[in-house]
Amino acid sequence: MKKAELLKRANEVRKGILTGVHAAKAGHPGGSLSAAEVFTYLYFEEMNVDPKNPKDPDRDRFVLSKGHTAPGLYAALAERGYFPKEDLLTLRKIGSHLQGHPCISHTPGIDMSSGSLGQGISAAVGMALAAKIQNKSYRTYTLLGDGEIQEGQVWEAAMFAGHKKLDNLTVIVDNNGLQIDGPVAEVCSPYPIDEKFKAFGFHVILVEDGNDFDQLHAAFEEAKKTKGQPSVIVMKTVKGKGISFMENQVSWHGSAPNDEQYEQAMKELEEVEEALCQK
Amino acid sequence: MSEVKKIATRESYGNALVELGKTNENLVVLDADLAAATKTGTFKKVFPDRHIDCGIAECNMMGIAAGLAAAGMVPFASTFAMFAAGRAFEQVRNSIGYPHLNVKIGATHAGISVGEDGATHQCNEDIALMRTIPGMTIINPADDVEAKAAVKAAFYMDGPVYLRFGRLAVPVINDRKDYEFQIGKGVVLKEGTDLTIIATGLCVSEALEAAKKLEADGIRAKVVNIHTIKPLDEELVIACAKETGRIVTVEEHSVIGGLGGAVCECVSENCPVPVTRIGIMDTFGESGPAKDLIAKYGLDAEGIYKKIKSCDIK
Repeated sequence: MKKAELLKRANEVRKGILTGVHAAKAGHPGGSLSAAEVFTYLYFEEMNVDPKNPKDPDRDRFVLSKGHTAPGLYAALAERGYFPKEDLLTLRKIGSHLQGHPCISHTPGIDMSSGSLGQGISAAVGMALAAKIQNKSYRTYTLLGDGEIQEGQVWEAAMFAGHKKLDNLTVIVDNNGLQIDGPVAEVCSPYPIDEKFKAFGFHVILVEDGNDFDQLHAAFEEAKKTKGQPSVIVMKTVKGKGISFMENQVSWHGSAPNDEQYEQAMKELEEVEEALCQK
Repeated sequence: MSEVKKIATRESYGNALVELGKTNENLVVLDADLAAATKTGTFKKVFPDRHIDCGIAECNMMGIAAGLAAAGMVPFASTFAMFAAGRAFEQVRNSIGYPHLNVKIGATHAGISVGEDGATHQCNEDIALMRTIPGMTIINPADDVEAKAAVKAAFYMDGPVYLRFGRLAVPVINDRKDYEFQIGKGVVLKEGTDLTIIATGLCVSEALEAAKKLEADGIRAKVVNIHTIKPLDEELVIACAKETGRIVTVEEHSVIGGLGGAVCECVSENCPVPVTRIGIMDTFGESGPAKDLIAKYGLDAEGIYKKIKSCDIK
């Protein structure tokens, strides 16, 4: 897919995030927006998936270990055609298939229930291991928050993945630098993230701007070429990316825009869309 | 008289896995550095490629099992009950229970019969913990025959199962031709009209012995083996309550939330009769030889007999 098309898709994903969280009057826009490009890249460029056959045993897998950013994943799945975009308006509502955190048995396209931080990566490791045992060629991807890696289970999983040389596994860390209580460096610093994963046997790929498709493309290509060890893409991103008043504001980790803020945000995204169309 | 054959149900677990592994390539066994103790080492010898040692990291092991199951394999995740149900409770709940994945948890070294290792490793809370997880099947087999049947039945059903095994060698009581194992179906081992002793796990053979002693005193106790604690055979429990008007539960587990709790919940809602719960009385265990501990905590035939005699029956 051409970069211009990916940019448009990512902008649509951002609209979906805002629409869902605004309708739900709750949710996590900050970390969904920081990962809008990586969600878009995975579902429109990187992964071998088919929305018409979401349970295909040979499909690539994605586990959203930072499950609270489900609005971002849901928006990408809807954009990719797994379910109608209108469903995003039912996010977090009673009876909706779009639960507050991803659930494998509710939503088409969700490969694993997640949201209790630190657990998704273990399941992703299990999927990658299953591919090795069964001689299947699918790849497994998992996205973690930089606050999430404070959970000890992440490092249990990393140690195992390194030990088993799971080169069919790509771990992505969304390093937007903020968690609920403040900057990750101040709350309980996870840094240096790269050195830690290196010590656990990972090939480390640093991405200076995880909201840039060219850099993401280079990183995912490098991960696929890496043999004999799992890869981790540590990507610097901007929390709340794309919405002027949300960028780098920790308060937007887990709060929804009111009507006025929603209109302002959508206006900004419409302007981006117009600019993209004129190119 | 020949000695009664005794086998620890953890041994049965290892042996049953090997049998199933021969014909089922999608079966994988996980362990957390306890393969010698949980007896999955038996499986490892035969199928080294399908035995995965996760190291001392039970929470991660449960997550890996979830991922394997999501990818179509049938993992048996093995460790001590303390770590399977205790340490990894939230992983079992959120990564296995909530998505209702086809993971089998082989929890060995349950209860005080762990023996000398003492309270830190004697898990008397696992049944209570696992019972609260929606969709979790819980099986606590009484002997070698039942344990092997339980492993097989767990493999062939779809959904998460918690299998509870012991460290101590226990008498084989189900070695008969007409033995049938069905998940969720209790087994009447002895008829009686004065009370029903409902037992589970290693307490079943002790309950049978206690019933013999009671018989000598003119008390006719019905004895029921409940191997599946969840889903509980409510029909049988209610029938026992109606028939005998009194129930005594016996388990190597806390009296809170285990078999006793489950039976109380069932009869109080359907057919209220007095229930006496014999088990670990809301206390931690301690170090000592397993048999001595079972006696000290009143879970042997003598202890069960004395407790029932102290109740106002007849």
